[in-house]
Amino acid sequence: MMKRKARENGAASLPGFLLGKMLRMALLLLCVSAVTFALVSASPMDPLTANIGQTALGSMSQEQIQKLEEYWGVGVPAGQRFLAWASDFFRGDMGVSLLYRQPVSRILAEKLANSLWLMAAAWVLSGVLGFVLGVLAGARRGRWADRIISGYALVMASTPAFWLALVLLMVFAVWLRWLPIGLAVPIGMDAASVTVTDRLVHGILPALTLSLTGISNIALHTREKLIQVLESDYVLFARARGEGTGRILIQHGLRNILLPAMTLQFASVSEIFGGSVLVEQVFSYPGLGQAAVTAGLGGDVPLLLGITVISAAIVFAGNLAADVLYAVVDPRMKRARSGR
Amino acid sequence: MQDGKGNADAHKRPGPFFQEQEEFQGRPQKKLHETSQDTSREVAQEVASPLLRVSHLTISFTQYERGWRQRRLTPIRNLSLELRAGEMVAVVGSSGSGKSLLAHAVMGLLPYNASWEGSISYEGQPLTERRLNKLRGRDIVLVPQSVSYLDPLMKVGEQVRKGRRDGESYSRCRSALARYGLGEETEALYPFELSGGMTRRVLIAAAVQEHPRLVIADEPTPGLHLEAAKRVMGHFREIADEGAGVLLITHDLELAVETADRIVVLYAGETLEEAQAADFRREETLRHPYSKALFRAMPGHGFQSEPGSQPYAGQMPEGCVYGPRCPLFEERCRRPVPCRSLRGGMVRCIRAE
Repeated sequence: MMKRKARENGAASLPGFLLGKMLRMALLLLCVSAVTFALVSASPMDPLTANIGQTALGSMSQEQIQKLEEYWGVGVPAGQRFLAWASDFFRGDMGVSLLYRQPVSRILAEKLANSLWLMAAAWVLSGVLGFVLGVLAGARRGRWADRIISGYALVMASTPAFWLALVLLMVFAVWLRWLPIGLAVPIGMDAASVTVTDRLVHGILPALTLSLTGISNIALHTREKLIQVLESDYVLFARARGEGTGRILIQHGLRNILLPAMTLQFASVSEIFGGSVLVEQVFSYPGLGQAAVTAGLGGDVPLLLGITVISAAIVFAGNLAADVLYAVVDPRMKRARSGR
Repeated sequence: MQDGKGNADAHKRPGPFFQEQEEFQGRPQKKLHETSQDTSREVAQEVASPLLRVSHLTISFTQYERGWRQRRLTPIRNLSLELRAGEMVAVVGSSGSGKSLLAHAVMGLLPYNASWEGSISYEGQPLTERRLNKLRGRDIVLVPQSVSYLDPLMKVGEQVRKGRRDGESYSRCRSALARYGLGEETEALYPFELSGGMTRRVLIAAAVQEHPRLVIADEPTPGLHLEAAKRVMGHFREIADEGAGVLLITHDLELAVETADRIVVLYAGETLEEAQAADFRREETLRHPYSKALFRAMPGHGFQSEPGSQPYAGQMPEGCVYGPRCPLFEERCRRPVPCRSLRGGMVRCIRAE
């Protein structure tokens, strides 16, 4: 039965597989944007009060207020606004940010550029370190190396990212003064004279925070998986055949934890994304996360939707990459697809 | 050790394996020393020391009950057996009788929460961890029971070669597979692409390509149809006939009777009877009530099953482990039952005649 099913799937080639995934992604984005929109609409926040302030509003004429209400879309039914946004989005127009008064696409590009390398650095660092530490802990299960690594990972996993960010900020920026306290460039410096080093230095703390928390998840999962492999029947048989611990670790251990590690690594994209929202906020880092918070608090619906859609797309792409890689790397799936 | 023929006499006679239970004292794991009972010395004079001797093996596990209360389980108690070169001994028992643990104990591969007492010696010398590290996979091999003992992500050929890439390994792997009727194409397959019978043959090939002297086969036949199972048993008989000792652990008494030289009946972690395989062809030649029940449960002999079930390792009855199910049970069976020789075999029963 299983075999026949595999053969039927074998007919579905990689392009077909990707097409199906794309359809799914379109559906996902639609749902995500609809839910986001519904949540923003349902929030009791009044964009006028939030962005202009009660006092300023009080001194305005009725006419001015009406103009502002029109600008912020107050009074227009939510469904109508969503449809208008969706049809524009479908045509490739993401709208204009109400707060920044710039096309959403331009803001996204700018913020994404700031955030992306930050997140990429954190993603690679947490992935590589998490994997190495996880393997170490799993291979030395119960020994001091495992205790230290597991202890670290458990503490980190239960530490909120923003709190860790605050601690690092206090230690490295306030007490030691080694690193800047926030922002992406030095304060008061001419944009033209900002160097790459300046930017890197400003990114260290946010990237570090994201990595430190990201490591724990990957390390713990890798450790657990490796222990599972080392307790498996096939490792017992390998030991019965006189293979040494080191060889077993390389021959069977790494081989069998690489695939789950890969899935985990790509799935962690979403966690890094989520973490960046808080961390950027703490470090006043002008990235996508901070923009999301600003847009959310200020009722900038087009920007918020733009960010939501882009984030969802990136997270989806991460998971998709894992799926595709799995199908390409795992011999069981590879052979099933080729119809053997 | 002599060749298979020279041993023919030796394994007509039951081994000296069962000393009186009273003499047994738990020995710590590391202090392995030879038993010095008179019986074993006598036999040692007649034949060279056996290939494998397990004396008074007791395996226990520490378990935690409701998280904090420690409990000790002893799935194997006071088990003794001997195996000579060229001989095939079957350890027969239903699942849960502790058979696989015996295999793992000899290989030195018990789980970390298990401990053992007694002594295991190979070619007359205690089988220490250091010796085992040298012998494991070469002189002493394990043939495991199922496809889960193969790495799911490694091609068969690579696994049989243990990942080695030199020419000798390649040719050895090829000839080992060929010996069991597996062609070159098998080497490129992944374990999930093997059939049950192919898997067994790959596992046997992987183990015996090193020309071992002691083969421990752990349940090599379940899941195979009769013909395939017989063929697999034939492979082991052949290995024994070529001079290696084969310790076959199985629940299939019928196949064991057909192929093995001697049979050890294991029940709830204890040996109840040890006899020549031929004794299992008739109920009258058997000694223990449990062995007789096993005999009657065979398809050819009435297919009768006895009521009750094997006690769980945590709830052993006092005295005879078979007591609660035994038709011959009487009051004195509640006391510890020693092993004794009877009609050329060994039995752990005071009522057997």
